[in-house]
Amino acid sequence: MAFALLFLVVVIAIPVAVVFIEALRHGTAAYWAAVSESESLSALRLTALVTVSAVAVNLLFGLAAGWAIAKFAFPFKNVLLTVIDIPLAVSPVVSGLIFVLVFGRQGWLGPWLSDHGLKVIFAAPGIILATVFVTFPMIVREVVPVLEAAGTDEEEAAMLLGASGWQIFWKVTLPNAKWGVLYGVILCGARAMGEFGAVSVVSGHVRGQTNTLPLHVEILYNEYHFQAAFAVASILTLLALATIVAKKAVEWRAERRLLAGCRETAS
Amino acid sequence: MGGSRKRRGSLPGFPFTMGVTLAMLALVVVIPVSALFLKAVSMAPGAFRDTVTSPRVLASYGLSLRTALTAAAIDAVFGLVVAWVLVRYPFPGRRLVDALVDLPLALPTAVAGIVLTTLYAPSGWLGRPMAAAGVTVAFAPLGIILALVFVGLPFVVRTLQPVLEGLDPEAEEAAASLGAGRWQTFTRVIFPAILPAWLTGLALALARGLGEYGSVVFIAGNMPMKTEIAPLLIMAKLEQYDTVGATAVASVLLILSLALLLTINGLQRWTASRGAAV
Repeated sequence: MAFALLFLVVVIAIPVAVVFIEALRHGTAAYWAAVSESESLSALRLTALVTVSAVAVNLLFGLAAGWAIAKFAFPFKNVLLTVIDIPLAVSPVVSGLIFVLVFGRQGWLGPWLSDHGLKVIFAAPGIILATVFVTFPMIVREVVPVLEAAGTDEEEAAMLLGASGWQIFWKVTLPNAKWGVLYGVILCGARAMGEFGAVSVVSGHVRGQTNTLPLHVEILYNEYHFQAAFAVASILTLLALATIVAKKAVEWRAERRLLAGCRETAS
Repeated sequence: MGGSRKRRGSLPGFPFTMGVTLAMLALVVVIPVSALFLKAVSMAPGAFRDTVTSPRVLASYGLSLRTALTAAAIDAVFGLVVAWVLVRYPFPGRRLVDALVDLPLALPTAVAGIVLTTLYAPSGWLGRPMAAAGVTVAFAPLGIILALVFVGLPFVVRTLQPVLEGLDPEAEEAAASLGAGRWQTFTRVIFPAILPAWLTGLALALARGLGEYGSVVFIAGNMPMKTEIAPLLIMAKLEQYDTVGATAVASVLLILSLALLLTINGLQRWTASRGAAV
């Protein structure tokens, strides 16, 4: 048992420590300088934009697909679920490549896009698309089990009482599913913030414009600005730790609700 | 799966939500992925074969498979130990350790990459003692394996935990009362019960390891034929504007990934049918 803990500590706790030790190697002034530098700030802005956009798109998909999959029976449901899972198995580099093939200059839509002066690859829309792909199944996978476990009784009762589709969704379905939705949003957001391989392919690495935080870390590191790279990395690490805390909090809340529900039905 | 009747048409909204689902699925997943396959098959068969069987590409496939399999195997063993300890030993700080297991999943791969490189480089904290012992980690396959072990561990632990928690203690008690030793109980009673979940976790870690880029690109050194795994090779080709070559290499990797996905889905269904999923 001690062996397992030692393994965990070495493999996981030490890396976290390393980030902060290296980030502060030249003192806090240098840390702040690296973090507040204009390129770091634009990377932060782009990461925020991409994350919010990806979560919004995947939330829409997650809720729509969750409703269709969990509340209705139809053939080929397994095929649908497998296709939805595809982004999870695909390498991030391949995930970026496929969008270059569709939207890049020599891609299917390339000529049309340049005729209309639109840029997808080497610009924010491409980064958002690649990130949406990579995180696509995450919200749906958390929403579907929760909705399925809730069954359709409450919704059917609401319908019999005269509620419209939207009313049923907002007032009956969503409240039941909120922990699953929240959990999925947290997972999706965390992955979107940190996505590196796919974004690397579609971004073009233009400093100050098409660099997300992870790409900025890579550039700084490759230019031997180690302390600055770790300083920016520490932002991402803090966000990752916040994600873990949020995940656990949602899990414990949901657990307590579940236990409370069991106690209710038992008494 | 809920015991309620689900007659299509009894609840509203199916056409609308299904329409949105299929449209988004087509735009985001199906069409872009098809673009890769269509581009690959539009290549002259000779050119495709030459690219895919060139020594550098074959070396990258071999390296990817070897490192991913090794890392998944290591994760399978250590993941089982960690999951076992977390489920069966209520020690102080267990919740904290349990939360830490999520870190490799939550941490951006680029951050993991630079941290691992800094740790295991010949001048790093762990790299220096290992170099003194004659073990090269950075810029060698061992570094790649370590990075893949890091990112794959949560998959095994998280897949095993619910199954271990759901094990029926009666079976183990019965075995003990019949005179089975602890190892016998494990191999004959516990392990068969957790086997589907364990294989699922292994397959998930393997799928992640095959495609991993961010955490490997810094520590590998990207030396062709030696430390260039397939995703790195694809990226190298893209940086040289060889989109066609990259597509060829990527298509093989994609087929492998999809085959793994089908395997994982099958394993997950097997796990669920054992009644292990709540």
